[in-house]
Amino acid sequence: MNQLAIDLGAVLAAAAPLIFATMGALLSERSGVINLSLDGTIMLGAMGGFTVALVTNNVPLGFGAAALIGAAIALILCILSLTLGQSQTAVGFVLALLGIELSSFLGAPVVRVPGPSVPFLPIPLLADLPIVGVIFFRHNLLIYLSFLLVPFIWWMLFHTRVGLTVRALGERPAAAFARGVPVTRMRYLMCILGGALVGIAGAAYSLDLRQGWSYRHTFGMGWIALAIVIFGGWRPWRVAFGCYLFAALEIVALRSQRTMAGVPTQVFQVAPFVLMILVLALVNLVSSPQALRRIASLPPTLRGPVGMLVARLAVAAPAALGQRFERP
Amino acid sequence: MQIQDAGGQLTSRTTYRLADLADYLARLVLPFLGALVLTTVVLLTVDVAPLDAYRILLFGAFSTPIRFGDMVMLASPLILCAGGLTLTFAAGLYNLGIEGQVVLGAIAAMIPLRLFPDLPPPLLWMLSFAFGAAGGTLWALLAASLRLGAGVNEIFAGLGLNFLASGIALYLILGPWRREGSASSSGTALLPRELWLPTIGSLRLAPLAPIIAIVSLVVVWWVLSRMRWGLEVRAVGLNGAAADRLGVPAVKRMAQAMAGCGLLAGLAGTLQVLGVFHQLIPNISSGVGLIGLLVVLLVLARPIWVLPVAVVFATFTVGSVQLPLTLGIDSSIAGVLQGTLVLAALVSRGLMQRRRRA
Repeated sequence: MNQLAIDLGAVLAAAAPLIFATMGALLSERSGVINLSLDGTIMLGAMGGFTVALVTNNVPLGFGAAALIGAAIALILCILSLTLGQSQTAVGFVLALLGIELSSFLGAPVVRVPGPSVPFLPIPLLADLPIVGVIFFRHNLLIYLSFLLVPFIWWMLFHTRVGLTVRALGERPAAAFARGVPVTRMRYLMCILGGALVGIAGAAYSLDLRQGWSYRHTFGMGWIALAIVIFGGWRPWRVAFGCYLFAALEIVALRSQRTMAGVPTQVFQVAPFVLMILVLALVNLVSSPQALRRIASLPPTLRGPVGMLVARLAVAAPAALGQRFERP
Repeated sequence: MQIQDAGGQLTSRTTYRLADLADYLARLVLPFLGALVLTTVVLLTVDVAPLDAYRILLFGAFSTPIRFGDMVMLASPLILCAGGLTLTFAAGLYNLGIEGQVVLGAIAAMIPLRLFPDLPPPLLWMLSFAFGAAGGTLWALLAASLRLGAGVNEIFAGLGLNFLASGIALYLILGPWRREGSASSSGTALLPRELWLPTIGSLRLAPLAPIIAIVSLVVVWWVLSRMRWGLEVRAVGLNGAAADRLGVPAVKRMAQAMAGCGLLAGLAGTLQVLGVFHQLIPNISSGVGLIGLLVVLLVLARPIWVLPVAVVFATFTVGSVQLPLTLGIDSSIAGVLQGTLVLAALVSRGLMQRRRRA
């Protein structure tokens, strides 16, 4: 029982960077901008955050630097796509590769240099609770913030005026424009805020979960984060669930490597990625018109629950995602 | 996701006026200037004399015959990948799965080499290329069916398949295909010498590689700009729904473009095995697919430009290999230069479009 609690606590901690990255991507995508540069942004944020924290011996400053790096990359993306009208996909992809190469180049001097990290901060009293304390309250500030970020983004998107505007930008920018919303400026803002969160995700790796810097330190996590946002149907809680699921799979993979010697380790390493794609395909298949027709022909006792399940699973992307907005 | 600039260069065959010529020059020069400025800033942050770094990056690949040979052996798979990507780009698809298609091509190319090592080498090479092409095509069709059949965006389907492909390669290297004695994640045992593609003298340059690459590129150019099939693919890329209503089988054309790209990526993977590494290593693609994507973002759906741009990109990469030893800086500056070049090209493209509209 105690071991299970420790494992659950480890899952919650391991998912923290992904939470920051996916919430950042969510914010930007909900406003209609797809930031494909995530992998490069996380990598450069990890490298920059670690270097700054190392030089100044100040961890918060490292996180600040990482957030600035993320915001700067998002700004470049916005200028090129929103102002200069280039494809968001193309610009994001180039920025992803560029971020990765830059992090390798600029990070070469700090490879495997020991550096500062986020201090452990168990919450007094609460940490001593049986089980719950182990799972939730024996972490550091960063992890606690990741717990708070998901409800905050959810509240912001679905219970505030700003959130309503953001969602309108992603669905019907022309309608938002007609209501007097400065579409492009708001998209800039959301994409830059999202980018800052993604940068913080990078520093969360280099200053906490995978302390230090090495060549391609966070390789692939950005692409995973982007896939999780789709998997979660652009809804904060489901996206967070995706992050925890992924972290759990990773930890299971790590454990089974030791206990199941017969199974090749590569199976576990690629399993989460492949699973993600399969789930995406499955969700899309069950919500296709043919499948819906088949559901409609089911006996009535089944039709209701199955139909509801499919309707819950299948979520369309924000309608204006990745598209240009021209002033009418 | 809407793709706006795929195949956006259809108008390039109209006659040039003087203003167009200036436009054209600016289009070539501005990206270079932009990339040089950005890369110089990066170089200055690490206290390196930029001119020294540029001398090595731009001319290092031509300093000795051996390095020139290496450049050709990198440019060849790069031309294959970028050439293939012009097909998918024309069809409006971002084939990010090309890395996996190269890896699967390499894995498939190994199969006949391991099964029938006693066949005469020329026959074995032909088998190997055929298997490699089939492997790449298969992987591309898998991504295509995820996109066209199950609605998974080709970018994510491709990325997932990339991870899967490198997982398979690693599994084979450590498992069934491990070398005699101790298994090592550095790669399978080297192929027997007589199975390596023949090279010129003591160079690592196998003339077959550039020949295959250039012939393939000519074929791509021909089908894309001289055949009805290419016209239809471009139409699908510009507006899939419209093309579909006019009787172009859009889904089929997209799948065919993906398959064509996968085929060429598979050939690139085979070249990596037979001509470059002579074994299967985990990083068998050495990133040619990703660099190919950068190349295609520069040249768009114009296969003719693939050749010069791929050669320039390969020059940067091969030149950069000397940087750690001579200047003590990381070789990834080549990637920075390539990336900033594309970024600057996108900026200048955007600025031109704005000016034209104004």
